[in-house]
Amino acid sequence: MIDNHVFPILIVITPLVCAFFVMGLYWVDKRLCLPLTILAISISFISSIITLYSVLTSGTIQYKLGGWPPPIGIEYRIDLLNGVILVIISFISLFNLFTSFNQVSHDFPEKKGTFYSLYLLFTTGLLGVVITGDLFNLYVLLEITSLSAYAQIALGDKKRAPFASLNYIFIGVIGASFYLLGVGYIYMMTGSLNMGDVAHLIHNLHHSQAIFVAFIFCIVGVWIKMALFPLHIWLPNAYTYAPTASGRIIAPLMTKVMVYVMIRLMYSVFGIDYLFNTLHISQSIIYLSSAAVLFGGIMALSQDNLKKMFTYIIISEIGYMVGGAWLGNKTGLTGAILHIINDVFMTFALFLSAGNFAWRIKDLSIHNLEDIFQKMPWTSTGFVVVALSIIGIPPTCGFFSKWYLILGAIEAKQYLFIIALILSSLLNIILFFRVFEKSLFSSKPHVMESKETRSYNLIEEAPANMTIGLLVIGAILILIGLYSGKIVSNLILPFIPKGL
Amino acid sequence: MEVVHSIRPIAAILVSVSIIPILISCGKDRPNFREAWTFVAGVLKFLIIVSMVPGVMHGVLYTFNIVHLGPGLDIGFKVDGLGLTFALVASFLWIVTSLYSIGYMRGLDEHSQTRFYSFFASSLCSTIGVAFAANLITLYLFYELLSLSTYPLVVHHQDPEAKISGRKYLIYILTTSIGLVLPAMIICYHLGHTLDFRPGGILMGTGGKTILTILFFMFLFGFAKSAIMPLHSWLPAAMVAPTPVSALLHAVAVVKVGVFSIIRIFTGIYGISLLKSLHLGTAAAYISAFTILVGSLIAMSQDELKRRLAFSTISQLSYIILGISLLTPKGMIGGIIHIVMHAFGKITLFFGAGAIFVATGQKYISKMKGLGKKMPITFLAFFIGSLSVIGLPPTGGFYSKWYLVLGCIDAHKISLLIILLISSFLNALYFLPIVFKGFFSKEDDDVDVSKYKEAPLCCIIPMIITATISVLLFFYQGIFYKLISIGLKL
Repeated sequence: MIDNHVFPILIVITPLVCAFFVMGLYWVDKRLCLPLTILAISISFISSIITLYSVLTSGTIQYKLGGWPPPIGIEYRIDLLNGVILVIISFISLFNLFTSFNQVSHDFPEKKGTFYSLYLLFTTGLLGVVITGDLFNLYVLLEITSLSAYAQIALGDKKRAPFASLNYIFIGVIGASFYLLGVGYIYMMTGSLNMGDVAHLIHNLHHSQAIFVAFIFCIVGVWIKMALFPLHIWLPNAYTYAPTASGRIIAPLMTKVMVYVMIRLMYSVFGIDYLFNTLHISQSIIYLSSAAVLFGGIMALSQDNLKKMFTYIIISEIGYMVGGAWLGNKTGLTGAILHIINDVFMTFALFLSAGNFAWRIKDLSIHNLEDIFQKMPWTSTGFVVVALSIIGIPPTCGFFSKWYLILGAIEAKQYLFIIALILSSLLNIILFFRVFEKSLFSSKPHVMESKETRSYNLIEEAPANMTIGLLVIGAILILIGLYSGKIVSNLILPFIPKGL
Repeated sequence: MEVVHSIRPIAAILVSVSIIPILISCGKDRPNFREAWTFVAGVLKFLIIVSMVPGVMHGVLYTFNIVHLGPGLDIGFKVDGLGLTFALVASFLWIVTSLYSIGYMRGLDEHSQTRFYSFFASSLCSTIGVAFAANLITLYLFYELLSLSTYPLVVHHQDPEAKISGRKYLIYILTTSIGLVLPAMIICYHLGHTLDFRPGGILMGTGGKTILTILFFMFLFGFAKSAIMPLHSWLPAAMVAPTPVSALLHAVAVVKVGVFSIIRIFTGIYGISLLKSLHLGTAAAYISAFTILVGSLIAMSQDELKRRLAFSTISQLSYIILGISLLTPKGMIGGIIHIVMHAFGKITLFFGAGAIFVATGQKYISKMKGLGKKMPITFLAFFIGSLSVIGLPPTGGFYSKWYLVLGCIDAHKISLLIILLISSFLNALYFLPIVFKGFFSKEDDDVDVSKYKEAPLCCIIPMIITATISVLLFFYQGIFYKLISIGLKL
């Protein structure tokens, strides 16, 4: 009989420990790397489901690391918000192992151990960032995540990836230092690093300049890490040239987890009262995020490389979430959180489809995608579903988060943000239909139809695990769309702080 | 009113998409089997829809809820008189058009026929979805699905012209629906806290005059499938699609989905009394009157037959909007019943145009002189279709025009009455010469008519069916009248 309280720590500790074993195991038998990685992340996944279940039944869980009581010890604090995100992270990480093992063998025949070790460390870091209730612990795990991300990216495209990774390191380190400085100020003023404790102590310090500086440092640090426009310049190249298997997990999770950190800092550390009554910056941040939404869309439009186009879509979507979180009302925050969930799956699916296309076509320029529907019908079907979700066509999930965001913006009378959201949908239509026109409708149909080259002879799908993986995620996009009502009322609304 | 939870609405919607896997698995290796399945689905769909007629006539409301999205937000269906009228017409014409498609697509040896039939089936699914939608969000969902499933049909030929038309189609349809309807819908939800279509509307007493007026125009122009000017030019462009698509989708299903959505906004979201008090009916009536007149005028100048038909459709669609904008019982009945009458008339005309194209390869009216002698059935059907669209007895079109005229008189809008009459005159001017010259003109010297004969039987039979029904509708239209009256709660 395992005590229920052991699960929160299992989520983080299993992949961390296994990361070292995987490295060692490589010299014993390299075939064992993958099963061990799968085992480790499965344990995390199952533990996070159990944890989420107990959060749902008995409320917030507080887990004291090593038995030390906070604020001296580190505390893991799991409420609905991070409970859900833990499940999603471990799910995506696990799922990606199944969709990418042949890609990994193909890309790194000699570096499997290194790769899976980094993969596990990256997952550990993300899970730790999300689960922790301690500001400094968050920084440590954030650096574990980032370092393993830098290393994974550098493994990618031989010519471009090292430079992209270096660029990311420079900017990433600045971001992390900003955050650390901010935490330093908070510690100076409150003497505590525990989020709950700080939130309590900060009440009397609303007018302190130091707290203001701390807030700015923390939030800008997090913005750099999430690539909010105009702090995004590291992202497109880093994600484009990352190896397929890592890009698929880094792109959907890293930025979204940083949005989570922002929401956590905003609502669980600094508090609504401080954000919207003491500070008067929400208006400018909404302008900034509207700019991010539009900038991402326009830049995406000017890309010829499919993967790079996707990276700019991420930048645009970051604007959605930041804007939603700063609208300062219940609906907006609901939309932002729902969009975190949706966008993880959407970005994952985008990069899955890019990976599948890349399996057949080395250069992912849009003009190379001619006739791809005939060659890869299943991948293309999955791609169409994701595209519709990003455009925001019901019943895919993208529609529903946009719905809440726009509704929230109407309630907050942020008309610019509404216009940005609508325009972004329109830009996405052009973006994706530009691709569809090339890929779905060849300009020489007679060639496809002639007796000698019957279309089914031309089918050259990516391996089954990759294709089926994409289709499963496509189905999930529709399912979480249809059940968004249940997700909102059961998983998101209970989290929303009172008074918003 | 008795509310019955029934699986029939959703069955009617899904039956056509459920055959798509079968269509794909048949592929082009077993075309007869593939087309047989299209018929099975078409007939089943029609029968399911017909089975609801007696119930609705006796005041039953069939409902089906799929998911609950939030307070006041559901995805669900409701079958009332209006939706049923539209669904009956669309599903019946699908069967006829499927027959016609076989003749047309095989006659021209078109490529990608499996794709064609699959997306046709999914378009019909979305059309019925719009007809049966119980609230605005469900309607919007199927409206968008319809846009997307028609796009591959528009770019069917895959040549640069088709692609450019496809882009135009998407830009017009999706930009308006996402740019105008989506925000309007969310504002509407913000004001009314629900999106259900309710008799009397949901917006009464919720917002200021300005916001309700802006919202109204966002809806009116947002549903650009109704081709109201100035958002009409996607429709002539979409005529590059194969004729069955133009016939069923761009004369019946897609465009009438646009008009039908506007009807729902009028009756279910705003409600007659609110529209009257804001004078929005009058505004919409004049916008549509402008479209009627200008559409007819442009139609006269078109030499390509399908484009002429397209502009005629633009003008005729606005008859429907004009009818409901009058906000008088007779006008509204006239407008809505025009959905039925125009559907049968216009589809006959398109079938005729397609038959001429299959038999002779001719698209231009100026080259059709003397063809009537070789293709008498086609031209006779075309003549009946023209009469119906002009609104002359003994065709169904007369009936709807009659009600529209009465509606104008009731609403004391004599100027609109005059516009209706002028437009009918213009309709006659641009349709009848085609028939006249077909039968009586001497053919041009450079065109050798003697080698032509009637199109394949699969093209002829559908035309005869729809032409006959156009005539029959003159005598028997009571069922539609009753359904619409029930739907409008008159």
